[in-house]
Amino acid sequence: MNASTATATTRRQLQRPQTPASSFPYNPGSLLSVVDLDLATISHLLARATTLENQDPLTRDRILFKRRIALLFYESSTRTRTSFELAAKSLGADTTLVSSLSSSIEKGETLKDTGLTLRALGAEAIIIRHNSSGAPWLLEQETRLPILNAGDGMHEHPTQALLDLRTILAHLRPGVETVSADTLSGVTVTIVGDILHSRVARSNMLLLPRLGARVILCGPPPLLPDSAANAGPGITVERDFEAALHQSQVVMMLRIQAERLAGLQLDLTQYRDAYQLTGQRLSTHAPTALVMHPGPIIRGLEITAGVADGPQSAILEQVRHGVAIRMAVVERALTATGMQARA
Amino acid sequence: MSTLLIHNGHLIDPAAGVDSTKDILLKDGRVAEIAAPGKIKTGNGAGSNAEILDATGLTVAPGLIDIHVHLREPGQAHKETIATGTAAAAAGGFTAVAAMPNTNPVNDSPEITRWMLSPDRGASVRVYPIGAATRGSKGEQINDFAALKAAGAVAVTDDGHPILKDSIMRETLAAAARVGLSVIQHAEDTRMSQGASMNAGPIAFKLGLRGMPPEAESGLVERDIRLVTELKDSRVHLHVAHTSTAAAIAAVRQARRNGLRVTCEVAPHHFLLTEEHVGQYNTNAKMNPPLRSAADRDAMIEAILDGIVDAIATDHAPHATHEKEVEFEHAPNGITGLETALGLCLHWLHKEWKLPLGRVLSLLSAQPAALLSLKGRGTLAVGSFADVVVFDPKAEWTYHAKETRSKAHNTPFDGWTMQGKVRWTISEGRIAYAAPQ
Repeated sequence: MNASTATATTRRQLQRPQTPASSFPYNPGSLLSVVDLDLATISHLLARATTLENQDPLTRDRILFKRRIALLFYESSTRTRTSFELAAKSLGADTTLVSSLSSSIEKGETLKDTGLTLRALGAEAIIIRHNSSGAPWLLEQETRLPILNAGDGMHEHPTQALLDLRTILAHLRPGVETVSADTLSGVTVTIVGDILHSRVARSNMLLLPRLGARVILCGPPPLLPDSAANAGPGITVERDFEAALHQSQVVMMLRIQAERLAGLQLDLTQYRDAYQLTGQRLSTHAPTALVMHPGPIIRGLEITAGVADGPQSAILEQVRHGVAIRMAVVERALTATGMQARA
Repeated sequence: MSTLLIHNGHLIDPAAGVDSTKDILLKDGRVAEIAAPGKIKTGNGAGSNAEILDATGLTVAPGLIDIHVHLREPGQAHKETIATGTAAAAAGGFTAVAAMPNTNPVNDSPEITRWMLSPDRGASVRVYPIGAATRGSKGEQINDFAALKAAGAVAVTDDGHPILKDSIMRETLAAAARVGLSVIQHAEDTRMSQGASMNAGPIAFKLGLRGMPPEAESGLVERDIRLVTELKDSRVHLHVAHTSTAAAIAAVRQARRNGLRVTCEVAPHHFLLTEEHVGQYNTNAKMNPPLRSAADRDAMIEAILDGIVDAIATDHAPHATHEKEVEFEHAPNGITGLETALGLCLHWLHKEWKLPLGRVLSLLSAQPAALLSLKGRGTLAVGSFADVVVFDPKAEWTYHAKETRSKAHNTPFDGWTMQGKVRWTISEGRIAYAAPQ
């Protein structure tokens, strides 16, 4: 007995192979994950968003005049696509949209070949939305162009997290653009619903705690595994929506992603009973909280029409912040130099 | 047939209990004589006209045996052929490999088994086909095991398509036992791993990938052990392929305590790497079973050091480069392993973790040979097949995937430090690989 315990202890001290360090992103202009952004870069993007938003459109369009940016979309999108397109065009860039349903992707062309083709056509940066987690990493590895992740599978949606941050700051820390590790100290953000399939949830839960916010994830076990709490620091799981609301200054509602449920059966009546944001719940438990939603909203499912259109709702404001943030991100894509790949 | 004299090497033959400097004479494909250095006469004695390989300072051991490889023929020659796969095997010190039946078509017939064994395939080392347990590996209809065995199959399995139905698995175990074949199970309850591309847990969650729970493996191992218990037939042999979870190892350990004939293999990547190596969607870290948690990886190390593991097997799974250069969830499972197994085992198991060299070599030769009853293999006792690996145990070198003899480059060990460099691999008395000098 003693001998085996001793052996086990010795063995735990054995040298193990090292985990290789990430070598992404290769290109200093890329935005693949919020994890790649340090606080200085986030502050820079927030400041540039404001400057660009206020700039005269006739001088703003000289910034990326005639530069070529491709939008490569493997999934449908209203907000993100239009917002990136308007942002790039506001800076004077030429944009072209390639979507999976009207291109050679339908004929079986791989992401690698599509990316190389776009580069050969003169694209200087690619904005990609893809239904597979990690696709932007593959695209960057193959093209070495600046790649902007506009949502990859169930993984990340970094510009959404940045525009959400800008929305939160505008309400809770007006005027603040230079962020630090305690900018959002004392702020609790609850993200509610289909966390498992949500790239918006992942980007926000990995970004906001780095500025001092507490993130509560809330939803039923099939849509929110317990292991989500281990995704990073500052994240907790709370199954009781009302208990979570009670602690929150910000509540982000998410759509149930029917297209990613992969056979999972959900009782929607039960879901509404437990997790729908109603006027009653809001006024009882979080009468001053900011209500956010990345869209598209499904009125009457995760949120009532009254709340979506109500005075606490920042949903359309988020969309407006999106254009400003994406101008800053697109500008950085084509002007960033010399920044080191994350160690 | 040529005669070879391996002169003055340090012979380590765990099965025969030899660990000293010897001369070995190989004649007509067999080990003819073993004696103290200089004692075998090369003039006009038994060793006349022998080609002499000077093994001074080198280790001489039974050729390595990998009981889990994918040679991709018939049907997927763009990934690998029997010729290229066995050339890689020879370069890695292997003299026998057992080929999984998930070819196209599936190897579920004596005809395909014989086709794989034909000299036309150009194999550099001995190939042992493993037959499919069920027709087309669909898990419904049991194949004719006696006919497969007669054609040369050494075991049966449905490998990547594990047999889920209790009744079919029970029948497979019983029928294989009647003809003296082992049943190898890729333990994965595929009902629990739909759409999954890595280990379930916080990292899969963070990467937005669907996860394979460890229970999908251990649950099926436990089910299979229950079936073996119920059969109450000592001839039944269940072999658990590429064990990757602590819970599956625990189940095997318990089965052995209960006196059952249940064995297991572990692949180098499962005792060296963890799910962290997926990094930023590295498709060369995608395989099935997936890389697991650090606790599972440590359980594999402990099980090897404790002697619970019966064999190191690589699960050599070559894929064309373009097949791996895709979105992570669309990339095929598997990595190559034949050229890196010895170097990794010597570096980590022996040098770092102090497992005696004889035990490392036994896990790579004597034990896998015994496990699949490969007669005359896994030892260099006089009369055995002249399957030999000669390597420099002190040589440290760096593996470069681009220099591989396999058709495929899909390995997470590119650029890794290896210990022990193969000088010669001899298959049935013929030099199958000689290191470039």
